[in-house]
Amino acid sequence: MARNQLLLSGKDVTKIFSNKKKKTIAVDHVNFEFESGEIISIVGESGSGKTTLAKMILGLLNPSSGEIIFRGRPIELKTREKRIEYWRNVQPIFQDPFSSFNIFKKVDNVLLDCIKLLNITLKKDEKYKKIEEACNFVNLRFGEIYNKYPFELSGGQMQRLMIARVLLIRPRLVIADEPTSMIDACSRASILDALMKLRDEIGTTVVFITHDIGLAYYVSDKIFVMKEGRFVEEGFPDDVILNPTEEYTKHLISDVPKIESRWAL
Amino acid sequence: MAEKLLEVKNLKSVYKTRFNEKITAVDDVSFDLEDGKCLGIAGESGCGKSTLAMSVMGYYYPPLFYESGIVNISGIDITKIPYNQLRKEILGKEIAYIPQAAMNALNPTQRIINLIEDVMEEHISGITKKEIRKIAEDRFETLNLPKDVLQRYPIELSGGMKQRTVIAISTILNPKILIADEPTSALDVTSQKIVIKLLKDLIKRGFIKAMVFITHELPLLYNIADDIMVMYAGEIVESGEAEEVIFDPIHPYSNGLMNSIIVPEKGIKGKKLTVIPGAPPNLKYKLEGCRFFDRCLFAKDECKISEINMKYVNNRSYRCVLQVDELKEMYEDGKKPATT
Repeated sequence: MARNQLLLSGKDVTKIFSNKKKKTIAVDHVNFEFESGEIISIVGESGSGKTTLAKMILGLLNPSSGEIIFRGRPIELKTREKRIEYWRNVQPIFQDPFSSFNIFKKVDNVLLDCIKLLNITLKKDEKYKKIEEACNFVNLRFGEIYNKYPFELSGGQMQRLMIARVLLIRPRLVIADEPTSMIDACSRASILDALMKLRDEIGTTVVFITHDIGLAYYVSDKIFVMKEGRFVEEGFPDDVILNPTEEYTKHLISDVPKIESRWAL
Repeated sequence: MAEKLLEVKNLKSVYKTRFNEKITAVDDVSFDLEDGKCLGIAGESGCGKSTLAMSVMGYYYPPLFYESGIVNISGIDITKIPYNQLRKEILGKEIAYIPQAAMNALNPTQRIINLIEDVMEEHISGITKKEIRKIAEDRFETLNLPKDVLQRYPIELSGGMKQRTVIAISTILNPKILIADEPTSALDVTSQKIVIKLLKDLIKRGFIKAMVFITHELPLLYNIADDIMVMYAGEIVESGEAEEVIFDPIHPYSNGLMNSIIVPEKGIKGKKLTVIPGAPPNLKYKLEGCRFFDRCLFAKDECKISEINMKYVNNRSYRCVLQVDELKEMYEDGKKPATT
């Protein structure tokens, strides 16, 4: 896939949740431009509107105003065909791996279904070969997942499987919404590694949403800092993390535990 | 030497499944907790951190069963006394526990103050509601929590506030020891720091005397703990002072863990992280030799055969057949762990 071309952009994207009593502006006139072949991090604390923005990009929520443009065209998901076509190009990885899989289905069947989506006819052993390749890509042994139900796998294994699924579909854009927050720190490295491999080898654009600015710094090519529904700072990780200009960013960085110096508590 | 508040010796706890299998989740664990210290327990999911916490508290509910060992809290071996005595005399007063999802422990139909009344009436006989309210308000004030929280329902509070409220309630009887089991893993970094500050404040003000802090976030552990114990597959594989364990790990597993730390500091970007391959062993089988054998990059044949005991080297201990110098040499040259 071509790199450094404009893939996704947003113009004044706004989402207002309202009931009779009050109006909550979750995302407030946000503008962004994401280029292909990059990992873009969106960082902010809980309630800053990160997930709402992700849902709008995925087409699960409609913006109240403004538009999101994917490959030159505003996204439009009125008919089933259009939705299928859009989701061939844009895939999610959710926070909770335990609830992203159908508990009644064996996980290798989930992957087989993905191959069905590609509209190519393959023999059974070819399909399994493809699945095996995808598993190797994310550092999973095929034996670890073969003939297993989701509850038999650990969170880290499931989250990597989710990335293997994405790999089979080969979308242009992946929205990873806090993919590591429910995984323990030891398996976190392998998830980040798989995401970076997606970018480097397939050229997929990844939107990585997190509250941990340390992870964002490690993994991304660009960082957007979000506060109360707006982007308050954006730029390259080295600039944003090592020389932050906004008070809010400094505050976020100081809240992350570090090992250079201990907190004065 | 400071007073020993908690003494755990050769503790062994098992889960029994309905197929009559025994899963030894805590295997031969020993440690002491001294006055004024914060002990951190690190390890990946499923290594037995939470089971250890529950065993130390005496929460033996099926399928978890006590197998052997001693847990001494203020001179009483809690594994030998009946549950009712444990509940009335030890829990809450001597030792308190904050579970991972402590915020869910709040009853959604009760105001916060009602819960505090329940707790205190149970433990202090003859206390009046007025006195309870006074104690609760004073405590909330000293801990910089807004007083009006007491009159609220849990649904009106944010996640971080709920967590802080539960911490304040569980320490209201001034227990000597607090066991915090991943109290911040459901919170974002900003609320996390506020909760950690509260916990440190409790020790500083003398409401609690010592703390056991369980987490898998190593940078966080480094910021809060004085000593760190690393657990793997139910065993302790290394323990020592926080500074030493983080910057100078001995055991290959801890070394792998420390190499996977990600913090927003110069030099992290572009650094190769170590991924420990494979998964931990299934504890339902009887394991011989080193439990980390399958995943260890420095494993030798003798690791599988010989029984591995704890080795003690100046204040530190680790569970590996190799000597410290041999391991250090391996980390430095040649056999570099498989990088990402």
